[in-house]
Amino acid sequence: MIEIDTLCKSYDGVEVVRDVTLTIQPRTITVIVGTSGSGKTTLLRMINRLVEPTSGTIKLDGEDNRSLPGYELRRRIGYAIQGHGLFPHRTVGQNIATVPSLLGWSKARITARVNELLTLFQLDPAAFAPRFPHELSGGQQQRVGVARALAAEPNVLLMDEPFGALDPIIRAKAQDDLKAIQKHFGTTILLVTHDMEEAIRLADMIAVMDKGCVVQFAPPSEILTKPATDFVATLIGTSDRPFRLMSLAKVGDAVEPGSANGLAIAASMNQRDALAELLWSGRQALPVTAADGRVLGRITLEGLTARAGHSSGHPA
Amino acid sequence: MDKLGVVITALAAYALLISPFATFRANRIVPGDPVGLLNAVATPVNGLVLALLIAIALLALVKTSVIARLVASVVAIVALCLAIGLAAQHLTPEGNSYARVAPASGFWLLLFAFALMATDALTRLQPPPGVRILALLVTALGIAALLKSGSWDGLSILKEYSTRAASFWREVGTHVTLALGSLAAATVIGLPLGLLCHRIRPLRAAVLNSLNIIQTIPSIALFGLLIAPLGWIATHVPGASAVGIAGIGAAPAFVALFLYSLLPVVANTVTGLAGVPQAAVDAARGVGMTLWQRLTKIELPLAFPVILTGIRIVLVQNIGLATIAALIGGGGLGVFVFQGVGQTAMDLVLLGAVPTVAMAFAAAVLLDAIIDKVRMQA
Repeated sequence: MIEIDTLCKSYDGVEVVRDVTLTIQPRTITVIVGTSGSGKTTLLRMINRLVEPTSGTIKLDGEDNRSLPGYELRRRIGYAIQGHGLFPHRTVGQNIATVPSLLGWSKARITARVNELLTLFQLDPAAFAPRFPHELSGGQQQRVGVARALAAEPNVLLMDEPFGALDPIIRAKAQDDLKAIQKHFGTTILLVTHDMEEAIRLADMIAVMDKGCVVQFAPPSEILTKPATDFVATLIGTSDRPFRLMSLAKVGDAVEPGSANGLAIAASMNQRDALAELLWSGRQALPVTAADGRVLGRITLEGLTARAGHSSGHPA
Repeated sequence: MDKLGVVITALAAYALLISPFATFRANRIVPGDPVGLLNAVATPVNGLVLALLIAIALLALVKTSVIARLVASVVAIVALCLAIGLAAQHLTPEGNSYARVAPASGFWLLLFAFALMATDALTRLQPPPGVRILALLVTALGIAALLKSGSWDGLSILKEYSTRAASFWREVGTHVTLALGSLAAATVIGLPLGLLCHRIRPLRAAVLNSLNIIQTIPSIALFGLLIAPLGWIATHVPGASAVGIAGIGAAPAFVALFLYSLLPVVANTVTGLAGVPQAAVDAARGVGMTLWQRLTKIELPLAFPVILTGIRIVLVQNIGLATIAALIGGGGLGVFVFQGVGQTAMDLVLLGAVPTVAMAFAAAVLLDAIIDKVRMQA
């Protein structure tokens, strides 16, 4: 659990972060969204004390983050940044081993951990550990950056625009991978982005920041249906709102009895995908199948449109 | 047709047909008589050498394999080196210890032309750093073998050497000590200074500008400027004169070389550190490295190739500049240069100049190879 209490930061009298109070539940993904200059990165960097707050406190699992020297605190908290920040003169293996080495782990334990993480990120340890970062693709570098941040088994992972340098297709894959990794390790993730789409895709909770203040802290569906300020509404983009909302709900939740013809859609897909398929194939209904291939029923264009409006009692 | 080959062939043709190969003088200070290659070396060797050199010069003209060009140019250089030794033996009258035989413009032009051919071939082969160092070593051993064998003993420069053998090696020692010692001092002071300039931005402009100004002071002026403060230290600081500090001599030479060395070391340290990717520095902090760990594990290793380039500049520059030290009694190979100028004995000037050039060249090749090696790893 991360408890941020009345946190302020000012540079030369200019307040960049104002009076932020947030409680982040363990084992969740919280995404801080804001435009550039909203103070989101400063807020993130105060958690591992890359930036020292002007006033206010931060507690990690009940312990004030100033009870340790900054560098020792940072070894316990994962940190991944845009453009990955890999050390160009060290191999992938050495990069991932950075924090475990600083903590003085045994060689065998470090090797085992490096191999475990590389395997988890779908990089063959034998092939990738001895390579240098410049020999990797952008997506691979990004994965190694996250693997390095997770190397010392931190409870908390801070990520500053970690997918900013990736192209859209690789980015979507990286986001899915991050969700899977988070489930696997139960890490508490705090991620900063300017991309609302990314926030909705990843977050359990979204904190929207504007001019140094958190203007709304809520689950994605609530951000979409009840934006607290005009600024939040602008960030969502009103024309995309119904589709973004649909992307949060699963096909399985909109199954109706009956049958339909043609290619089936999996219940685990989101409703936006189903709508796209309906419109594209010009059909009124699609068969829905479970993971084992069993037909569960159908999803209809009519049913989906009825659910699309925010007054339709969408599950929050 | 090879473009560079045209230049090489033209140079060789001019050198073989028009320029004298060697100079003969009755004693070391009178003007010499030019001697062509055919007259300088005994028959039939003269004809063989001439034919060989013409053949290789013509080979340079046509496009051939790089290896063939390298081998041919090395053969030509070796032939030249042997021929000049033979010329000295052939031209010196039996039992005459006053006569002097020296390489003349033709020899130097031919050496230059074939060295150009060899360098061009080597550059095109792009040998790895290790091979370059090996090539340097083989060259050095080859020259040592030629010197040892006595085939050059008849040459004027070696006659100058033989009368000064003891002082020659002493001055080489002084020269190397001045060049390397001032480099070491400049590295020990310049590296932390560069680091401070990197960390403290306002300091950067002040330090670099001051060092720039020092760099523009002519060396002789700098020696003059140092006489007063060093003289003062020698007389007023106890023990200073005992360790060799004086207004003239090795101390001001050392200080001047040190001051000239600071700019490349400091400037390259600053440039190197500035070139370290910001994301890597931020990540190093973010993963919990201390200030010292960041410096030793990330910043310095990444800046190292650039810092080493600064050290290379300084080393080559200092080996040349240390010659000036002789002007104020600081010793070094400049001693022979200035003596030679004073006596109008060019052979003596060469005794100082040739080893200086050779050392600077070797230092450049060696450090370039090391820098490439380091860059490959980085």
